Amino acid sequence: MTPLLQVEGLSKFYGQRVGCADVSFDLYPGEVMGIVGESGSGKSTLLNCMAGHLPPDTGQVLFNTRTDGMRDTVTMSEPERRMLGRTDWAFVHQHARDGLRMNVSAGGNVGERLMAVGARHYGDIRDQAIDWLGRVEIAADRIDDRPRQFSGGMQQRLQIARNLVTGPRLVFMDEPTGGLDVSVQARLLDLLRGLVREMGLSAIIVTHDLAVVRLLADRLMVMKDGHVVETGLTDQVLDDPQHAYSQLLVSSVLQV
Amino acid sequence: MFSDQFLLAPLHHINLLLRSYIMSDYNFAYLDEQTKRMIRRAILKGLAIPGYQVPFASREMPMPYGWGTGGVQVSAAVMTQSDVFKVIDQGADDTTNAVSIRRFFERTADVETTEATAEATVIQTRHRIPEEPLNADQILVYQVPIPEPLRFLEPSEVETRKMHALEDYGLMHVKLYEDISAHGAIATAYAYPVEVEGRYVMDPSPIPKFDNPKLSMPAIQLFGAGREQRIYALPPYTQVVSLDFEDYPFEATKADHPCGLCGSTDSYLDELIVDDAGGRMFMCSDTDYCGARRAKGHVGAEGTPLQEDAV
Repeated sequence: MTPLLQVEGLSKFYGQRVGCADVSFDLYPGEVMGIVGESGSGKSTLLNCMAGHLPPDTGQVLFNTRTDGMRDTVTMSEPERRMLGRTDWAFVHQHARDGLRMNVSAGGNVGERLMAVGARHYGDIRDQAIDWLGRVEIAADRIDDRPRQFSGGMQQRLQIARNLVTGPRLVFMDEPTGGLDVSVQARLLDLLRGLVREMGLSAIIVTHDLAVVRLLADRLMVMKDGHVVETGLTDQVLDDPQHAYSQLLVSSVLQV
Repeated sequence: MFSDQFLLAPLHHINLLLRSYIMSDYNFAYLDEQTKRMIRRAILKGLAIPGYQVPFASREMPMPYGWGTGGVQVSAAVMTQSDVFKVIDQGADDTTNAVSIRRFFERTADVETTEATAEATVIQTRHRIPEEPLNADQILVYQVPIPEPLRFLEPSEVETRKMHALEDYGLMHVKLYEDISAHGAIATAYAYPVEVEGRYVMDPSPIPKFDNPKLSMPAIQLFGAGREQRIYALPPYTQVVSLDFEDYPFEATKADHPCGLCGSTDSYLDELIVDDAGGRMFMCSDTDYCGARRAKGHVGAEGTPLQEDAV
């Protein structure tokens, strides 16, 4: 099986400081990869480099495109990268307001990606929007409400619907449950897990919440100071951490 | 339009101009020749890339922003001594804005002015296209308040320029989608976005969408935004398509009435409140068109024959 995403020697420096250094891994179709580490460990830098939001200094991000096979998305032209960004890729921001248009209705938010790739039939766009609002448990009669009238959890679910409506194959998530209370988190995780399984999505989830990766991720990468210090199957890393930092991370989780 | 000589602006030409307009304290058409060259370069670039917003070094004009400083600069740059100039504001020749701009060029360029659309060679307009079809010898100059059609959706100029460069126009349809979801139809009635030659999405200035189908025409159309420092253009017969949805097609709408003065049923109408009881009448917004029809003997339901009117 060919990987969906191949990251090779990816580095990003902010002047003298290391964002992330020499990260390599493969991601296969249907696989969910978790990236954990403390604040400032380079998780978000890595994610943004992979998703094309930041230009990396060195390295390749190869993506298995539908038409041309493996392509390096770092050297690909901007229009091609943008096209990927609204078809095969999705990006779920930590703060829903970064990923939503707050002054556009929920339906418009979900429909934007469809219209960006050429959908020009209002009725079809609206039907798909209603369908997706249903899948993320937002009532159909909220379709014309603006996101600012939604609760934090609803905004996050709306952001997910907006991203998944074009049937992407790879989802980047940056702390998708950050800032939500635990019961809302639990429902969101349930929903994400269902969607990932149902659509056969590959996903890269950046989080500092080990419970989130335990639930969602197949594989885990632990980062510290811009370097990957440990990788492995999620259960393996969490139950038997080898690196001193991983051990610290796992042992720091509050037991209720 | 202007000749190549103008672009090169040889010194003797400038001298000639200065000598022939010695009666005015201003250079011909107010702006200095170097400024006009700069504006002409922007116009030529705009004509070469229809719908693309060309930045230009907009000058302070002796009128406030919003009064047509962009249009005035474009008119000044294309105007020659033999031009016949007409100004309309919302279709009317006799409103403050139109009168003051017309007087401005009478004083600074000493050009002939007219109210008759057919006689004019340069027509500066605010928010209307004349009813009478224009011909290939005419230039229509639009005053544009906000040239960026994506502005109210995306506040960053850096981002909107990138969106134009990459033809990333999904957002424009989001606006139309929002219209339909809120009002049941595309409620945008003016400044209705258009796609030019299958490439750039352009704001046709705040003309009513009734005028959108006229944007493909034999005359040259130039758009000037003074405050925003942008010039864009449509060469003759440019393909201009109003954006829409398959199930909500574009419709050029107008008030469903005949003109009260001249009885015209196919011109764009203004609604006028005529008394305190809420009485109203509809009349052509294009005063020249309406007047010409009345001169030919057409009389609307609330109109009087032209002769009696004049007394």
